[in-house]
Amino acid sequence: MDESQADPNRALMLDGNAAAGILQEIFALEVTASSTECEHCGHEGQVGTLLAFVQSPGFVLRCPACEHIVMRIVETPDAIYLDARGAAYLRLERRTL
Amino acid sequence: MESSRAGSDLAVTRPLEWQIATVTAIKPETPRVKTFTLALPDWMKHFPGQHYDLRLTALDGYQAQRSYSVASEPERVGEIDLTIERLEDGEVSGYMHDIVIVGDEVEVRGPVGGYFVWEASIGGPLLLVAGGSGIVPLMAMIRHRAAAGSAVPSRLLYSVRTPEDVIYARELEKRRTNDAGLEVFYTFTRAQPPGWAGYARRIDRRMMGKVVRPLGKAIHAFVCGPTLFVEVVANGLVEIGIAPDRVRTERFGPTGNTG
Amino acid sequence: MAKRFVSRGFTGKRRDPEAADRLPPGQHVTPGFPVLSAGPTPRISLDGWTFTIEGLVQEPVTWSWEEFLALPTQTYVADIHCVTKWSKLGTEWEGVSVDTLFEHVALDPKAKYVMAFCYGGYTTNLPLPDVVGGKAFVAYKYDGRPLSPEHGGPARLVVPHLYFWKSAKWVRGLRLLKEDQPGFWESMGYHNHGDPWKEERYRGD
Repeated sequence: MDESQADPNRALMLDGNAAAGILQEIFALEVTASSTECEHCGHEGQVGTLLAFVQSPGFVLRCPACEHIVMRIVETPDAIYLDARGAAYLRLERRTL
Repeated sequence: MESSRAGSDLAVTRPLEWQIATVTAIKPETPRVKTFTLALPDWMKHFPGQHYDLRLTALDGYQAQRSYSVASEPERVGEIDLTIERLEDGEVSGYMHDIVIVGDEVEVRGPVGGYFVWEASIGGPLLLVAGGSGIVPLMAMIRHRAAAGSAVPSRLLYSVRTPEDVIYARELEKRRTNDAGLEVFYTFTRAQPPGWAGYARRIDRRMMGKVVRPLGKAIHAFVCGPTLFVEVVANGLVEIGIAPDRVRTERFGPTGNTG
Repeated sequence: MAKRFVSRGFTGKRRDPEAADRLPPGQHVTPGFPVLSAGPTPRISLDGWTFTIEGLVQEPVTWSWEEFLALPTQTYVADIHCVTKWSKLGTEWEGVSVDTLFEHVALDPKAKYVMAFCYGGYTTNLPLPDVVGGKAFVAYKYDGRPLSPEHGGPARLVVPHLYFWKSAKWVRGLRLLKEDQPGFWESMGYHNHGDPWKEERYRGD
């Protein structure tokens, strides 16, 4: 693959694993192995597979299939803002590995 | 001091809180990579593949935070190894490499991540594909595999630029001899060791096909490294017939660890 | 109150003492030009590119790329400040002043706010006074060269006196509004106005 053609934004892109810490802080449950469905295209997958843009004022997690926003997270000094409207659901499983 | 946690329940965890760890050892791995051993007052058994968040705070309150995969196996109780590559302008990696000494304290939070995880009970065959510092979480899997007495057929394909970039080089040599069922393949993309007869190019479909074929299709594959590397490899595995849900990925960003 | 842990010897990025009075509180100068984005770079063909002013105007107006390039341009030198604490001093741009663009529409007297909207879906809101009087422009050249896609090309809004998240990349229009509406980051905890000199980073600051 020709890396000179690569989009630097894409090279900076991570995945849902990068949001594991903040998500666990919010949900008190492990989230990256939890499954979610994209509200826009219906693609289902684990949160760890979402495309993560973290080089911005907040975390933006996008559907790997259609790239629509599934979740946004912003940390301010006093609070955590979460917008998960892009997820049809988040299935937080209670299970042992 | 070890804090024991009942059960190995991955999903339900304690509330995630920062704790102050003490650096008990610093080991150079390559010219740009060091492993830091941290003693954790509130250690909790992690799963190979998980990471910790590490946070630095200046006197005026300014903070910088990055995530680092745990390199050590959970069988090593009470402490973790974080293997960190020094990035050129790395704010956090620069501090860890240039300032931190044994005895210093750092704030960490974890372990986190439940998606990119392998434990011996999951079984194999196991395919691990690493680009550069992407080897770190996969090394935790390899170390745990041996500690747990697992012999599932396992192959590591490790892509680096030059021989001096191989992290854990001596340990991997020992393990490919001693760890039952483990095979290690290197590909050196820029410069090869003298007399090298192995792979000398970026991972491509042909290489993947050859390395993966003996393991069959029902494998557990873990790919870790720079984002573009992970995408090429993950797509390649799917192209050679591995089911997408058998391929787990962790992207490290443009050059490796995130800071 | 618990004493906060401090990392021995950690100073983080330090501000350049010469630049100190040009820097708003909490900012430091960066040598590079960080790329911050909420998503992949939109790939926009110049054939299909348009810029529109719509909303509370008598009649909306749209320019094609060629028509836009034919508008009078200016060069600008500006200090820019990102809410993530990096600043770049003396950046050079070329583009069309928003005042020039507004000459082509008749603003409804009820229009008090502007929403910038972009390829890729990003939005940001500004009070009308913050984009007129030479305070804002639509740039298509940075540092003497065509604006690269990673930095918002073909064209981006630049509003240097506010935090740089208001300088919307890949801008494709301005919508005139009667009432304020929070944009992409403003609806997620960031300050509605964003004046770096008053350190208006987050809602409630």
